[in-house]
Amino acid sequence: MSRFLVCPPDHYQIAYEINPWMDVKRGADPTVARVQWNALAAVLEKNCGATLERIVPVAGLPDMVFTTNAGIVAGHTVVLSQFRYPERQPEETPFEQWFESHGYEVKRLPPGLFFEGGGDMLGTRNMWFGGYPQRTDIRAYRYVGEFLGREILPLELVDPRFYHLDTCFCPLSGGEVIWFPGAFDRYGQAAVMERFPAEKRIAVPEEEAVRFACNAVCIGKHVVIPEGSPSTMERLEKLGYATHAVGLSEFIKSGGAAKCLTLALD
Amino acid sequence: MTHETIVLHGHIIDSLLLPKVLDHILQYGGSFEIAHIRIGKTREEPSDARIIVHAESPERLAEIIAAVQAHGASVEKEADCQWQEAPADGVFPDDFYVTTHLLTEVRVHGKWVPVKEIEMDLGIWLDRNDPAPHTVPMAEVRKGDQIAVGREGIRVTPLERPAHLDVFGFMGAQVSSERPHGHLITGIARRMQALRRSEARILLAGGPAIIHGGGREPLAWLIESGYIHVLFCGNALAAHDMEAHLYGTSLGLHLEGGSLAHHGHEHHLRTINRIRAIGSIEEAVRQGVITTGIMAACVRRGVKIVMAGTIRDDGPLPGVITDSVQAQAAMRATLPGVELALLVASTLHAVATGNLLPASVPTVCVDVNPAVPTKLADRGSLQAIGLVMDAASFLRELARHLGWKE
Repeated sequence: MSRFLVCPPDHYQIAYEINPWMDVKRGADPTVARVQWNALAAVLEKNCGATLERIVPVAGLPDMVFTTNAGIVAGHTVVLSQFRYPERQPEETPFEQWFESHGYEVKRLPPGLFFEGGGDMLGTRNMWFGGYPQRTDIRAYRYVGEFLGREILPLELVDPRFYHLDTCFCPLSGGEVIWFPGAFDRYGQAAVMERFPAEKRIAVPEEEAVRFACNAVCIGKHVVIPEGSPSTMERLEKLGYATHAVGLSEFIKSGGAAKCLTLALD
Repeated sequence: MTHETIVLHGHIIDSLLLPKVLDHILQYGGSFEIAHIRIGKTREEPSDARIIVHAESPERLAEIIAAVQAHGASVEKEADCQWQEAPADGVFPDDFYVTTHLLTEVRVHGKWVPVKEIEMDLGIWLDRNDPAPHTVPMAEVRKGDQIAVGREGIRVTPLERPAHLDVFGFMGAQVSSERPHGHLITGIARRMQALRRSEARILLAGGPAIIHGGGREPLAWLIESGYIHVLFCGNALAAHDMEAHLYGTSLGLHLEGGSLAHHGHEHHLRTINRIRAIGSIEEAVRQGVITTGIMAACVRRGVKIVMAGTIRDDGPLPGVITDSVQAQAAMRATLPGVELALLVASTLHAVATGNLLPASVPTVCVDVNPAVPTKLADRGSLQAIGLVMDAASFLRELARHLGWKE
């Protein structure tokens, strides 16, 4: 059974601009955001059989909804994030408290080494990838790899719109990957192609990439994906996945969607 | 050129980080050497690489380092050079750093400072009154002097291939008697012409075979023509050169015809005695006692002569330094400004001079015994030419290239 840490959008809003998606003037509609978040939670729990752990939202920390950035979890160990932007750094404390109170062994990186958790680190059972340098300092992966005993292949993210690895790269349970190659440099593209044979790579067209097609959540044979990515869904269905499109427009305004709103706990 | 060592650790092979970092170094106009690489045996095991990055200027190097740091490369941890006081006069502290003949820098208070007076097999001394460290021979160290110890905070720059590609650039360290000499001697002559124009100094260290074999005239001509500025030799070369003037013989054999002169074996002793009576070679030349040959040419042209004695010397001539530590110091003192060294037909003087010279000074070693040029070439200089040939033939051909007419 899959468990995820989520944070209800009680205090969600666009209060600052730390990526090209955010626009304080445009803002996000809190009512629509609440409806969309509830719909996502329902799909995850009812359609995909996931268990959601809800952290209590903290006023003044609007991006706490994007729980995937809290850290990276492996078994009962969590490596806590150290956010690059001061706007998000206060999130570290409530997340740390949550993990400690839920019995996790909490690992911290050396001070000053930026790492944004599941936002930049994705993988399958034995193959992990780490996005850098926009939010995570590549040197963090050395520590994370040692803490968790994992091989982490760093991938450079070269497009500011795809600032976290989970905005352009999504490994699936069957060994496939959804990705937007244009977000990577040629070394990163070559490294991904070396690890995923052509038939396992689902390259997303740009118009779907900017609708966050890669910011999907894969639970067994279910893929929860932001709406507006028909060709990606078609490819997934041909591979035998059940797709669940969810409208997440209010969160995409902040540069996040389904994956950003969930942190895998197991 | 300047350099810095960086290290990369992690899954640098599969992620193509290593080629990316190397490409970045080149794209930013630098170059690199992989000093060490260890590739993980399994997919889980990380790999390590240690890379020396070279760049034209410190600014360019800083740009490159900044660019590759973003990809996880870190600058190898640097420490200041460690110093220890010499425990007694003429004694280095244990674990003293032994210099090479290559450009050397030491890190003092976080800054890399070049070591002055580079010479191999010495220590490095930091004088309290001089911010720049310099080399110091064992015999000259004084109790309490600060001497570099260990290896931290000391770096050596490997020789670069010289910018102008003449015979010195192409030769490398090959020595063979079965190589044509002509083009090499032409190349050496061209370099000497260029150095004479630029007022750089040319050193010749030579042995008495120059006189016996008939190299006296072309060498005297080279000196008179301003191609030689420093002469290192022993008692014998000077004695036989002046013997040739006074008696027409070298070690008692007539230079013309080669017959043994009557009581010729006494000639060099009588020559030495004559000069000792006059007081100095310079005075003998000034008085017109010696008017031809190498020593006369040196005195007339103001060439700096350092004569170093050996155990079997007769006399010796006035001016021969019989204390070898003092002789080394005198040789060392003449080296600044020397940009070419010709080491001709003298094993001891050639090796001694080779030891004193920084690797950056182009060196030509001429000897009939291949062991001598080979020994010199093994110093690791890219700019060493070894010629296995007779000294006199070399000097004649060289002088002819420069305009000498027999």
